[in-house]
Amino acid sequence: MTFEEIHQKLLAKFPQAVQGIEETVPEKSLKIHPEHIVSVIRFMKDEMQFETLGDLCGLDYPALSASCVAYHMQSYAHKKVVRLKCYLPREGAAIESVTSLFKAANWLEREAFDMFGIRFNGHPELRRILCPEDWVGHPLRKDYQTPDYYNGMPVPLYFDNPNESTAGNAHK
Amino acid sequence: MIPSDSVVMTSVDEVLSWGRRNSLWPLTFGLACCAIEMMATGASDYDLERFGCGVFRATPRQADLMIVAGTVTLKMASRIRTLYEQMPEPKWVISMGSCSNKGGPYWHEGYHVLKGVDRVVPVDVYVPGCPPRPETLLEAVMMLQKKIRVQESSMGLLGSLRKQV
Amino acid sequence: MSTTHELVEGHLSQSLENLRTDELLLNMGPQHPSTHGVLRVVVTTDGEIVKAAKPEIGYLHRCFEKHSENVDYMGVAPYVDRLDYLASMNNAMGWAIAVEGMVGIEVPRRAEFIRVITAELQRIASHLMSFGTYGLDMGAFTAFMFGFRDREMILDIFEMMSGARLLYNYMWVGGVSRDITPEAIAKIKAFLDYFEPKIDEYNDLLSFNKIFIERTKDVGVIDVDTCHSYGLTGVMLRGCGVKWDLRKEVPYSIYKEVEFDVPVGSGEMGTLGDCWDRHIVRMREMKESVRIVRQLIDNIPSGPHRGKVGKVVKVPAGESFSRTECPRGELAFYIVSDGSAKPFRVRCKSPCFLNISTLDELTRGVMVADLIATIGSLDIVLGEVDR
Repeated sequence: MTFEEIHQKLLAKFPQAVQGIEETVPEKSLKIHPEHIVSVIRFMKDEMQFETLGDLCGLDYPALSASCVAYHMQSYAHKKVVRLKCYLPREGAAIESVTSLFKAANWLEREAFDMFGIRFNGHPELRRILCPEDWVGHPLRKDYQTPDYYNGMPVPLYFDNPNESTAGNAHK
Repeated sequence: MIPSDSVVMTSVDEVLSWGRRNSLWPLTFGLACCAIEMMATGASDYDLERFGCGVFRATPRQADLMIVAGTVTLKMASRIRTLYEQMPEPKWVISMGSCSNKGGPYWHEGYHVLKGVDRVVPVDVYVPGCPPRPETLLEAVMMLQKKIRVQESSMGLLGSLRKQV
Repeated sequence: MSTTHELVEGHLSQSLENLRTDELLLNMGPQHPSTHGVLRVVVTTDGEIVKAAKPEIGYLHRCFEKHSENVDYMGVAPYVDRLDYLASMNNAMGWAIAVEGMVGIEVPRRAEFIRVITAELQRIASHLMSFGTYGLDMGAFTAFMFGFRDREMILDIFEMMSGARLLYNYMWVGGVSRDITPEAIAKIKAFLDYFEPKIDEYNDLLSFNKIFIERTKDVGVIDVDTCHSYGLTGVMLRGCGVKWDLRKEVPYSIYKEVEFDVPVGSGEMGTLGDCWDRHIVRMREMKESVRIVRQLIDNIPSGPHRGKVGKVVKVPAGESFSRTECPRGELAFYIVSDGSAKPFRVRCKSPCFLNISTLDELTRGVMVADLIATIGSLDIVLGEVDR
C-alpha cells in the first residue's frame, strides 16, 4: 500500500478532511483538518489495518503563526508508517483527543500539552507530565525563555557574566 | 597509636574516625547514567565493599554517605534535600559526575536541570567525568576517607560532638 | 453447648464482617532500590492488594529535545547516547541512520559491519543488565554479580574500540568514528566463545529456578490488543507471541544478510504474555545476538570506516520518521529540518515511555510484590522515559 493509495482512499472517504499533501523529502505527510481527525484515525484503525498509534507529538511554527500535532499511524500488516499533520492556531490551540481510540494517546497528549500548550478536548486527565505541576510556560515553544528561579533555586548556570556562575552555597 | 604485644593505646577520636571512615554506608541514590557506573563499582570487578562501603542502604536513616550519581532536575531537587535531612549525623556527600557537579552537558539549554547539586546539599568531594570511571569513584571514596581522618583528628572528640549538635 | 473455641471463632467472624478498612496510599518515591531509576509510583492498596498504581515521571527530564534544536546534527549524538544509557550504541545507530536517510549518504560496507557487530554486543550488554537487575529485584543477588561480570567484558571491548565505557559517541553520521583493530576482533571472538555457554548457565540459575518461576508466571499478563492500543513494541510485543522484529520486517543496515531467529513468548510456564515470557525472550535474544556477531566477525570487508561527510552535516529541508530496533523496543526519531545547520525539531519516540504507561492496567488486583516483578519485566530506563 503506497502513500498515494492511502491518500486516495482517505480522500474518497473524507473529502472535506484531507486538506492536501506536504511534499517534504524523504517522506510526505497528509494534512488533515483538525475537526475530522478522530474520524480519520478511527477509519484508518478499523478499515485500513493501521493497528497502532506510533507517535503523537507537537510542533511549533512561529513563522506560520501555527502549531501542529503530528500523528504517526503504524501498520504491522502493511509494514508502513503514515504521518498525519493537523495545523492549529498558535494561541489557544485545541483539538479533539484520541484517547478513546488508543490508550497510548493518554500520555502522549499530556506531553504535547506540557511542551507546547496544545489542549486536547475529552482527555481524562490533562495535566503536566514531565515538568512539575507548578511550572510556568511551555518549554518547547520557540519563544520560551528559561526562568531565572524556580522555588528559590537559580536555574541558569550564570546570569550575565560567564565568570560568575550562580555557584552552590547550600548550607547544612 | 602505640602498639605493643597485646595492648593498643590510642585516643577515642582516632578510633571514632577510623570506624567512621572505614564503614561508610552509601545510600542507593542513582539518578541517571552515573548510577550504572556506581553499580559497576559496587559489583565484582571494582569492588567497593573492600573499602567498607559494603551494604548500600535503601533508607537514608541508616546511611552516612550519599553519592549523588546523575543529573539533578528541579523536580527532584526538593526530594534530595529531604533525603539529606533525613540522614543522621555525621554524613557526607559525594557529587559524582559532571551533571551533579555543575549541570554537565545540559548546562546550556537545560531549563529543568539544576546546575549542580551543591545548590541544595553541601558537597564534600566532587568527581569529574561523564560518567566517571569506577576507579575515579574509588579514588573519591579514598579522598573522603582522608578528609574524615584529617577533619576529625584536627577537631578532637569535643569538636566533632559540637559539630553534630 | 458450644465450646469456647466455637464461641471465639463465631465472635471473630462476626467482627471481621463489620470491620471497616481504609485504602492505604503508598508512595514508592523517586528514590527506591527497585524502580530502576527515578520513577515515582503512587500506589493505592487495600491491605496487600494493589488497587491502583499510577506512575509519575519527569524526575529525569533533561530537555533533550530543546538541546537538539540548539546544536548541529553531529552535536546531537552525545545527547542521544544519554537517552537510553544502557544501550547507547543502539541509540546512536538510530540517530545516524535517521540523519543519513535525510541526507542520502552511503555508508561504507566496513562501517555497516562494525555498526551491526557493536549494536548486537550492546544488545547483549543491555539484556545482561536487565537479567541482573531483575534478579536483584527478586532477591537473587548472584544474578546481579554474574551479569555485571560479563558486562564488564563487553565494556572492555567497547573501551578498546571507542575509548569510553558507557557513553561512547562512536556511531557518527556516515559510519563510525574509529576503525576496529585486530586486537578488538580477537577479543570479541574470545568473548563469544566464553559467553555462549554462560547463557544456559544463567537460565539454569535464574530462569528455570522454581522461586523465580513462581514469582513471575501469570503476573503482569498483557495481550496483543492491549499492546496495539498502547503502542508497545519490542520485547513487550514478542512476549505476547507476535513475531515482529524491525530487523527482520523492515530491515536496515545489513540485517538482511544475516540469519537469526526471533524468539517469542509461548506461555510455557504460565500465561502467554506474562513476566516470565518477557524474561525468557530477552535471554533467548542474547543467543541470537551471539549468532549474528559470529556470522559477521570473520568477514569484515576492508575499506573506509566512514563515508565522505563534511565537517558540518548539511541536511536539506524535509521531515523523516525513522525507527530502529533497540533492546527496549522501537526507538524512533522524527526529524524536521528547515535546511539550516541545526535541526528545527527533533522528536524522540521512546519505547520505555509507552511501556511504563501500562503499569496501572497491568497491576490491578495483584499483590505489592507482583508490582515489583512487573516493573522489572518492563525493563525501563528513565533516561529514555523522561528524555
